[in-house]
Amino acid sequence: MTTNAVEMLDIVKQFPNPAGGLVNAVDHVSFAVQDGEFFSMLGPSGCGKTTSLRMIAGFEYPTFGRILLHGKDIGQTPPYQRNVNTVFQQYALFPHMSVGQNVGFGLEMKGVEKLEIERRVGEALDMVRLSAMEKRKPSQLSGGQQQRVAVARALINRPEVLLLDEPLGALDLKLRKEMQLELKTLQREVGITFIYVTHDQEEAMTMSDRIMVMNHGKALQLGTPAEVYERPNSRFVADFIGETNFMEGRLKTPGGGAVVEVECAGGLGVHAVGGAGLPVGAPVTVAVRPERVAINRSFENVNCFAGTVLDLVYIGTDTYYNVRLDGGQVLRVREQNADPTQRTIAAVGDKVQVTLKAESAVVLVE
Amino acid sequence: MFARTGKKRSFQLAGLLIPGTAWLWLFFNIPLLIVLFISFVERGRAGGIKIPPVFTLGSYQQFFDPLYLGIFGHSVRIGVVVTFICLLVSYPLAYFISRRDTRVRNTLILLVMIPFWTNFLVRTYALKQVLATEGLLNFALSSLGIIAQPLDLLFNETSVIIGLVYGYLPFAVLPMYASIEKFNFSLMEAAADLGASPARAFWRVMLPQTLPGVVAAFVLVFVPVVGAFITPDIMGGGKVEMIGTLINRQFGVARNWPFGAAISLILMLLVLIGVIAYFRSGEEGRRAL
Repeated sequence: MTTNAVEMLDIVKQFPNPAGGLVNAVDHVSFAVQDGEFFSMLGPSGCGKTTSLRMIAGFEYPTFGRILLHGKDIGQTPPYQRNVNTVFQQYALFPHMSVGQNVGFGLEMKGVEKLEIERRVGEALDMVRLSAMEKRKPSQLSGGQQQRVAVARALINRPEVLLLDEPLGALDLKLRKEMQLELKTLQREVGITFIYVTHDQEEAMTMSDRIMVMNHGKALQLGTPAEVYERPNSRFVADFIGETNFMEGRLKTPGGGAVVEVECAGGLGVHAVGGAGLPVGAPVTVAVRPERVAINRSFENVNCFAGTVLDLVYIGTDTYYNVRLDGGQVLRVREQNADPTQRTIAAVGDKVQVTLKAESAVVLVE
Repeated sequence: MFARTGKKRSFQLAGLLIPGTAWLWLFFNIPLLIVLFISFVERGRAGGIKIPPVFTLGSYQQFFDPLYLGIFGHSVRIGVVVTFICLLVSYPLAYFISRRDTRVRNTLILLVMIPFWTNFLVRTYALKQVLATEGLLNFALSSLGIIAQPLDLLFNETSVIIGLVYGYLPFAVLPMYASIEKFNFSLMEAAADLGASPARAFWRVMLPQTLPGVVAAFVLVFVPVVGAFITPDIMGGGKVEMIGTLINRQFGVARNWPFGAAISLILMLLVLIGVIAYFRSGEEGRRAL
């Protein structure tokens, strides 16, 4: 049986608005993070993800709602009495202390014996491959090394939950990709629950067991990366994670069946999935990923539309096509360049057939 | 051609350096050498020095008389008390200011600096009026019925200390503010996150990081306070002797220029040691960063 490491129960966090009044930075959010899970909170800046994290850390207290850490209410406990640790966005290493002193700080505060601290600092630095840097000052380390010190400084305390606030934001792309894998590996090794805040959807997809997508202080969707990508529950989620074509229309058949039909612009009948509970005629949006659309192949698909290639962009692995369907709708299509002898499937101005499975078209209400 | 440019350069350089150098020699180095010279010769009968000059170490020996050492010690003690009070008051004040919005912050800093716009002497006299037997404070307290007899607030060590704290507080607030304002407050969150209570976070993280400001405040207050003579003179009413008033007296009524010069130089040595200590700690601070 899995237990919950953290439970957020109907959390509201209000801040005074500069214009007067109060704003809900976090607006009635509830979720549970399972033990040993890599859990990400994903959303644009100002969506409430960092505030949520700071409430778990104890830097902010919820206005309403309860926070449970392994079943114990910690909503009003000050941060220094919570057994959680944070990796900060700018690392927040103590500049006047050596790397070793930084990493040992948490144990020192707990009153752990000096020899024991030394031993565990050595272990923690081994874990992040920085043993040689123990005597250095943080300013003498590179960004990636500082980041690893910050992780070691937090993990050495064996927290019940490790909180990470956009820890890779300050690194360049290549290093960021390396650190993503490193953090994921580390998390599997130590088995500690990670709660990770990021605005980078690719990062969240790469590392997480589950992702919670947030916007305007609300939790929109919670699921595995595949669930969130394949079956987004709102236009915002579909748009924020990956690329999506949106086609607006009305339901022709009742929603929720195995396959539903949506009448889009120009009388285009699109077969799609989802829309449970919606009546015939309900206004909906159909979301289609560009890579799920095929040009001039797989004609057995239920959706098969004629169109004209407006333009194309070759990006090496793939080629992007913008195809105007005969109904007037423009679809962005991504075709993999698997065949070296045939670099592009169609040229600009070509009449083409685009096809997609019903399962690739998801009905969204908003 | 290059030689000519080089020559022109050095002319320009000389042109830039001469006014400052001349100023420094005329009004600082030469007077200092005169003071140094006077401190090593015998005094004249009616002030000044004996002509022709007679070399002696007497003035320096005189300083080690228990009487003068006592005055020196007393000055240092007052200096320590005043500096300590200034640091104690200005750290929280500077902390408070640095945590405000930019607009409020600038206004508050302006308020700290406003006393500088008024003459120091005038301000000291004003404070004297507040503390006088028939002054504002006694009047207010007796009007409110808090005291029956006017309090004896003036012409004692306490009034001198009050006057000095009042006069030198801004010198402590400003460097402290500069230091605290630069402090990265997310480090306090990091410390709390790692289990440090607010008090421990302050001692282990914030104070070490803002120490250069504290040391600067210490030097900027302690050094002038030890040598102060206007405030002890006015607020002490001649009853509180400090090293500054002692020097002042040697060049005035006591007519012992060599002794005054010797004490000045000893005081200067103390200042020098203080400043060196300050720069040392500054370097350390920079190394820590």
